[in-house]
Amino acid sequence: MSIVRATISRDDVWMRAGLALVVAGLIGGIALPLGSLFWLAVLNRDGAFVGLENFARYASTPALANSAWNSVWTAAATVVIVVPLAFGYAYALTRTCMKPRWLFNAIATIPLLAPSLLPAIALIYLFGNQGLLRPLMVEGGTIYGPSGIIAAHVFFTFPQALVLIATALASADARLYEAARALKTSPWRIFWTVTVPGARYGVISAIVVVFTEVVTDFGVAKVIGGQFPVLATDVYKQVVGQQNFPMGAVIGLVLLLPALGAFFVDRYVQKRQVALLTARAVPLEPKPDAARDWVAFGLCAIPALGILMIFAMSAWASVIQYWPYNMAFTWRHYDFAQTDPAGWGAVWNTLVLAVLTATIGTPIAFAAAYLADRSRGAEALVTITRLLAVVPLAVPGLVMGIAYIFFFNAPWNPLNILYATMALLVLNTIMRQFPVTFLTATTALKGIDREFEQVSASLKVPLWQTLRRVILPICIPTLLIIWIYFFLYAATTLSSIIFLYVTDTKTAAIAIINMDETGATASAAAMAMVIVVIAAVAKALQLLAGYWLDRRHAQWRKR
Amino acid sequence: MRLLSALAAGALALLAAVPADAQTRTRVTVYTALETDQLAPLKTALEARHRDVEVAWVRDSTGVITARLLAERANPQADVVWGLALSSILLLDRDNLLEPYAPADLAGLKPAFRDPANPPKWTGLDAFLSFVGVNVPELAKVQGRMPTSWDDLLQPSLRGRIVMPNPASSGTGYLQVYAWLQAMGEERGWQFMDRLHENIAVYTHSGSAPHVQAARGERTVSIGLDMRAVREKTQGAPLEVVVPTGGIGWEMEATALIRGRPNAAAARKVIDFSVSKEAHEIYGRTYAIVGRSDVNAAPVNYPANVEAQMLAVDFARMAAERERILAEWTRRYDGKSAPR
Repeated sequence: MSIVRATISRDDVWMRAGLALVVAGLIGGIALPLGSLFWLAVLNRDGAFVGLENFARYASTPALANSAWNSVWTAAATVVIVVPLAFGYAYALTRTCMKPRWLFNAIATIPLLAPSLLPAIALIYLFGNQGLLRPLMVEGGTIYGPSGIIAAHVFFTFPQALVLIATALASADARLYEAARALKTSPWRIFWTVTVPGARYGVISAIVVVFTEVVTDFGVAKVIGGQFPVLATDVYKQVVGQQNFPMGAVIGLVLLLPALGAFFVDRYVQKRQVALLTARAVPLEPKPDAARDWVAFGLCAIPALGILMIFAMSAWASVIQYWPYNMAFTWRHYDFAQTDPAGWGAVWNTLVLAVLTATIGTPIAFAAAYLADRSRGAEALVTITRLLAVVPLAVPGLVMGIAYIFFFNAPWNPLNILYATMALLVLNTIMRQFPVTFLTATTALKGIDREFEQVSASLKVPLWQTLRRVILPICIPTLLIIWIYFFLYAATTLSSIIFLYVTDTKTAAIAIINMDETGATASAAAMAMVIVVIAAVAKALQLLAGYWLDRRHAQWRKR
Repeated sequence: MRLLSALAAGALALLAAVPADAQTRTRVTVYTALETDQLAPLKTALEARHRDVEVAWVRDSTGVITARLLAERANPQADVVWGLALSSILLLDRDNLLEPYAPADLAGLKPAFRDPANPPKWTGLDAFLSFVGVNVPELAKVQGRMPTSWDDLLQPSLRGRIVMPNPASSGTGYLQVYAWLQAMGEERGWQFMDRLHENIAVYTHSGSAPHVQAARGERTVSIGLDMRAVREKTQGAPLEVVVPTGGIGWEMEATALIRGRPNAAAARKVIDFSVSKEAHEIYGRTYAIVGRSDVNAAPVNYPANVEAQMLAVDFARMAAERERILAEWTRRYDGKSAPR
């Protein structure tokens, strides 16, 4: 028997096969559809090859530089506001004994429960020209424009940044803190030398996610952006306003640049990240500290109040007769059959889409993250997985929707049997939400020492046993977060599936935008509230499940 | 009598909905941009008359539906397009997606609502117009004068208080810009828009949004889709619906059959129904201008006698000029303006 290192074990073979499957899925769900749209960038509107002519024409548009700059600075401003807010909130949730933690946890999720129109309606009712809080605004200020875009995005991206940072902060090794305290290190220094480096991966992921989301989202900019051009509304003008797909493809490609940048930042940081939760780690249990806990309470209370205010405003908007001229109370806006032919049926479709997306998407996203993180060898497959997994982040929903039509409706494509079915909506939604779930799973896995697998392998325990007995139990909270994340996204997503739904699969989010377009703003707010309630029930179930499973499985991590 | 027939139609629709019957019905996928309140009555009436046909609506805004139809052109999913802007229908025709068909009651339509080709590729059903909405209390606050002509929109008291759709995003916006250029002539038209631009608060991305904003008092004056202004007024907004003198821009919504779909026979029945008097009476509840002369359309709160003000629009030319006009408009107004 020869002693050769790095032999390929049976587990390695299985993992590579799994990774190949993941790559095939990502190519079919992301790369090929986008390729079939971006190919149009070198064609003219009649389908003839024109090389880079479209790019040249686009580059010569005076509005381009303006839109690009607007996109970049509003995104950067959102990052600067959201990431520190989310960090403070996450720190308070994971590292202090502030009470009531469960309540703040729940409030932070509210933005995820809300269809994108909800904060836009609420912000207009609060700060618009007839807004309730209009007197608070500076003279000449307006919510229509960059301030509205930034405010709505802060609301939307806050929970996403929070999930990523809280996941990173949740896994900490108490021994590091004990050692630091034993060395009489000041708390401030501990924070900067132990806490922050440990959360680095989560923070960078949050910056990347927030930045690209703001750059690619057109829904908020369309409703509240006013006369403020950004790249995403340029895409809208080309694709929906003028049906100019080649030019839409050109701008879509330009929007990919920030994602590529994000990908390389992500890789750079990953190389420097070490596992925090080593096999010998002791989970950090925060101890009560009255002063610190009150500061933490303040850090949480301010964003929580902001979220509640926006939410309460839209709840109120859904039960008044006619804003702002007839403020009488009414339930009539909840009679959806009056304003949309699908009526309450759209709510049912939303529920089906959300449950299917979450239940199918969670194992796929987690498996992809696990395989990409733990495979030995197969570097090329890992790199492709990591790259494709983050691409959808940088693709505006409407670009992805049109791309899906081109690819999945092509007569030559055997997958066209999926077209016009719920299955395609599910696939699209999983892929749209893949980056954040993949990054969340990766962040959690980064915190778990590879030693678990190495020890198991040396003991000749098959990998699936290690997974079942060790890795999955540790990751149960993360799996639940990913599940609810898919669920909430599916319940509220709009921009992509507006091109893919048919009569039987029309969801509530689409009904909401249709209602708003036909002037039934109150009905739109009402249906948004129904979605919020459904999503809140799902979230409550997730928290209960997490609590129950935690009690059953996580005892061993405590001392 | 009308009530009785509506009741009968409803009862028939109920009967038609029993599962045993459903299996023998042919499902026709209809893409539409009609107002949502039209969809249920049209479906009920059609399925009562043609009991072997089931209508499956896919409804969205004109831009989204047009983008979907064009993106799906390699393998069309719609059987019928019923109620979509004629400019969009002409784009589908350019891609050779339409099947010519002369519906049974074609002669019942006004000449302007018929495709001159024989057999026709489309039939018109209603018109949408661009109107001005004025929020009366907001106008009083700035001591403005109630506008009656387009030039009245240039009054200094309305500076930064007018909202209109961006023609690069919205078909309603483009038909308005085209109407000004047609009615005033190219040179005076651009001069007018240069001055109007000083009074514009925002160019929205949807033709429906302006009147909604003016109705809520977010803006003082709006230019946009006629139906939306009328609807907001009916819902209780203090909105005055103004038809300015000097010519009104408009576009037609039309119906067409998609080529090469399996359910063509059932789809033809849908087209037949779409030109029937019964269907036009339903359109007339929402739209003031409908395709048949024997139907008296009068939606609540709709201004009277607008038909005389409508410009004679050459739709083919309007489509051909689009790219040039949008480029000029974008150069003048889109990039350089600061948010207000």
